[in-house]
Amino acid sequence: MPVRYDVIVVGGGHAGCEAAAAAARKGAKVALLTFDRNTVGAMSCNPAIGGLGKGHLVREVDALDGLMGRAADAAAIHYRMLNSSKGAAVQGPRVQADRSRYRAAIHGLLDQQVGLTIVEGEAHELLLDRGRTSGIRLSDGQTLEARAVVLATGTFLGGKLFCGDAQDAGGRIGERAATRLGQQLRKLDLPIARLKTGTPPRIDGRTIDWARLETQPSDDGTWTMSPVTPARILPQLACAITRTNDRTHQIIRDGLGRSPLFSGAIEGRGPRYCPSIEDKVLRFGDRDGHQIFLEPEGLDSPLVYPNGISTSLPEDVQRAMIRTMTGLEQAEIVVAGYAVEYDYVDPRALTSSLELRALPGLFCAGQINGTTGYEEAAAQGLVAGVNAAAHALSQPSMILDRASSYIGVMIDDLVLQGVTEPYRMLTARAEYRLRLRADNAETRLGPVGLEHGIVGPDRARRMDQRKHWRSEIEAALSRSMTATEMARAGAFVRQDGVRRTLWEWARFPEVSRSLLTSFAPVLDKAPQDVTDEQLEDAHYAPYLERQEAEVAALRRDERVHIPADVDFRGVGGLSNEMIERLEAARPDTLAAAGRIRGITPAALAAILVHARRAAA
Amino acid sequence: MTGPLQDTIFALSSGPPPAGIAVLRISGAQAGGAIRTLANRLPPPRMASLALLRDPADGAALDRALILWLPGPGTVTGEDMAEIHCHGGRAVIAAIEAVLDAMPGLRRADAGEFTRRAFEHGRMDLNAVEGLSDLLAAETQNQRRAALSMAEGHFSRRIDAWRERLLALSAMAEAALDFSDEDDVPDAGIENEIGTRLAGLATDIESVLDAPSAERLRDGIRVILAGPPNAGKSTLLNALVGRDAAIVSAIAGTTRDRIEVPAAIDGSAYVFTDTAGLRDDAGDEIEAVGIDRARAAMEAADIILWLGEADAMPRTDAILVAAQSDRLGRDRPGLPVSAHTGEGMSALLAELLERASALLPREGDYALHRRQRILVAQLSDHIEVAREQRDLLIIAEELRLARSRLDELTGQASTEDMLDHLFSGFCIGK
Repeated sequence: MPVRYDVIVVGGGHAGCEAAAAAARKGAKVALLTFDRNTVGAMSCNPAIGGLGKGHLVREVDALDGLMGRAADAAAIHYRMLNSSKGAAVQGPRVQADRSRYRAAIHGLLDQQVGLTIVEGEAHELLLDRGRTSGIRLSDGQTLEARAVVLATGTFLGGKLFCGDAQDAGGRIGERAATRLGQQLRKLDLPIARLKTGTPPRIDGRTIDWARLETQPSDDGTWTMSPVTPARILPQLACAITRTNDRTHQIIRDGLGRSPLFSGAIEGRGPRYCPSIEDKVLRFGDRDGHQIFLEPEGLDSPLVYPNGISTSLPEDVQRAMIRTMTGLEQAEIVVAGYAVEYDYVDPRALTSSLELRALPGLFCAGQINGTTGYEEAAAQGLVAGVNAAAHALSQPSMILDRASSYIGVMIDDLVLQGVTEPYRMLTARAEYRLRLRADNAETRLGPVGLEHGIVGPDRARRMDQRKHWRSEIEAALSRSMTATEMARAGAFVRQDGVRRTLWEWARFPEVSRSLLTSFAPVLDKAPQDVTDEQLEDAHYAPYLERQEAEVAALRRDERVHIPADVDFRGVGGLSNEMIERLEAARPDTLAAAGRIRGITPAALAAILVHARRAAA
Repeated sequence: MTGPLQDTIFALSSGPPPAGIAVLRISGAQAGGAIRTLANRLPPPRMASLALLRDPADGAALDRALILWLPGPGTVTGEDMAEIHCHGGRAVIAAIEAVLDAMPGLRRADAGEFTRRAFEHGRMDLNAVEGLSDLLAAETQNQRRAALSMAEGHFSRRIDAWRERLLALSAMAEAALDFSDEDDVPDAGIENEIGTRLAGLATDIESVLDAPSAERLRDGIRVILAGPPNAGKSTLLNALVGRDAAIVSAIAGTTRDRIEVPAAIDGSAYVFTDTAGLRDDAGDEIEAVGIDRARAAMEAADIILWLGEADAMPRTDAILVAAQSDRLGRDRPGLPVSAHTGEGMSALLAELLERASALLPREGDYALHRRQRILVAQLSDHIEVAREQRDLLIIAEELRLARSRLDELTGQASTEDMLDHLFSGFCIGK
């Protein structure tokens, strides 16, 4: 007997968990399909959540009532605000998370979610009905029916593990790959290629000489990954730092012949910003050493994650290399590092709702779309889950654009430009970076979450309160003051005789927060995060206004639609390269077409004319 | 990409000046407001009407022109539109354009922007679109050719060099923002380092802005003949251009308005402008306006031929001409010239050519068009702001804006290129 769901999510990693939970929040009946329920919510690589650009994604997922921020707080054993000396727009909240507690927190949140069932089994075949997604057949023959399926298979599609000369099929060490499904997708004529990533060896922390190492304690702030987490929960641990040296590099060079990365066994491309230690030594041979962070994996686990030496060298070389470093002279490897190569679908085959254009009802999220990172995966999972539910329930899709969020930037980059290496979020990718801050994610995305029905009542109440305080602060800061009045109050501003509002004065370095508070006591009464957010807005106001104008132009061009069936080959004046890129990405608006690399204004005009002619 | 749609745009829609009549078109919500500002009234819709246009800043008369008010949506672009049919001299057009440009919310139209607005508002019928598609395809080909010729030229090499430097500096800033936790990325003091390197780039960009512009090459070098009434300006002009372009008489104040005469001398284009003789007691109001215009023209001139007293020279770089040397003698300061006998004419021409050669791009040199010049000027502004800043976030933002101006110049997108720089320059990744 087939079992009926609205949405089936394949895979229980960060993308899959967010997808399943978001679809269920939207009211869909959801099955989360996984090989083994115990691996749901596993952090398969580094035990950290957040960071620069990535912290933004976590806050955005959280603002849409996703799981990652709250689970990270439940498991956090080390908090660090990266770039804390710089403007809020580039500050990146990051935590080290206890692996088992993180998984437990995710399980807890999934269990609470109404309408969500975890199903154990292997997705054997995607079921199609007249070109539309209709469900999944499991390898035990059972059939799950659903109008929408989210593929969040991570590195498990056609996954192959490499450790030295040893090769094995699998998506994660000790777990099997989803080979059959991978073969089916290739047969469906989807544009599939290979990428690779890697992970370092895990070290037994009891064999590390911690006393000889510089440590990095958790910061002493009170912030949390999710602003709804009232306070930090677990005791905080320190990380330690060591370095590679000439001897380490020599051992790596000597072992290169046995690295699958250099023997040609791996064809997929790896990320430049998370290179293997082999890559680092080869490409930056002039550096005398590379920093390695020793990150504890948990409060009651002895495992340590040496961040910075991802490798696929043979295990004996890994051991020798590790032991050249200060503090690690006696270190024991518990699990060797390995590289994994996997299939991904060229994300240009997706629409902005993360649905495959060629297969209505089939959505993709996470590494299958060519991204890397838990946060990138979670963010896509949430969007794919919401839109899969919307598809199943015949509701409008949730499309986030570049001006709204890092999530929007990422999805836009993916579906328009595709990837040449695993895609990682960077603040440099967001042209509206000054607006898109980790500290205003709720303000930016809360209303979107409400509109699409994925935000719970607690969050909605919180948003209301914040809105109230924001308008109180705005009212208080609209009071205007002359330069003389400001000077009399103790701010040594230039006496230009100009009358400005407190909002405008707030961007002058001479005007302190306490001075502003003396004129606008509400700054002290409002929750601190709301005040911080408003003052940051005031500080960068001229730039925010300029970006506002850019955004307005963007949104206008977004309104000019290009019909889905335009034949770009028939448009006069386009070069072959332009045609190729346009055909692969199939932009649906003029603005999207304009963002594709190499598309000139003249080409846009030609496309527009052609589209109008076809429509008439 | 074209600029914001809500702006009201204007452009010279008739052929290149000088011409008998020039048509300026304005499109957008403020088209009516612009006419009201210039003409002090709005004529009835779709009725041509004569009006004296004035500069709202000082009330100075610009021109007597036909104005048309065409409220949308039944217009070519679908927006409110207005047309000004003014006299087709360069100076008149430039003066009206300058006034329009100064109005808030008005700007010069980008190439093809009227057409684009027409599309956007569904005002193009199928036949028009057919024709335009071909035209746009041709535009593409032209741009390709232009891109190609630029690729061979010095300017594009120079832009490439700027781009490299800018990308490298942007990569430094972005690395410090996105990878401050990496030990290979310098962090402290990076602002100063970037500021120092920007100084060199700023100087280089300034020097390009100082170089002659392509408009000189195309439109000609502006030579103004000025001086008191009856100094022989019109006679000299006629001699210089080789025909009777200006009316010559012994009556002071014969030339009441500026007369512009294009001429080619030795392969270069010139526009000679005869002006009303400068005197304090103008014969009538019209002559007074003409005198004002003569003064304005001198400010915008590339070269001034001054036919007056040495101590009354309007600009120190004016060429002092002792005109009518056959009649008034040679014992005056300045270059003795007689249009009647031809005395000194070749010396004057030689002097003109020498001055002009400094203003024209040299053989093989490049020259910036208006669009390029505007973008380079904006680029220069962003770099100036970035240099003065200490907030790395703002520096990065200004560098991003500078890059997008360069992207507009080159038609290339730069974020990925910047990241290439970043990842090849720093060892990043834990």
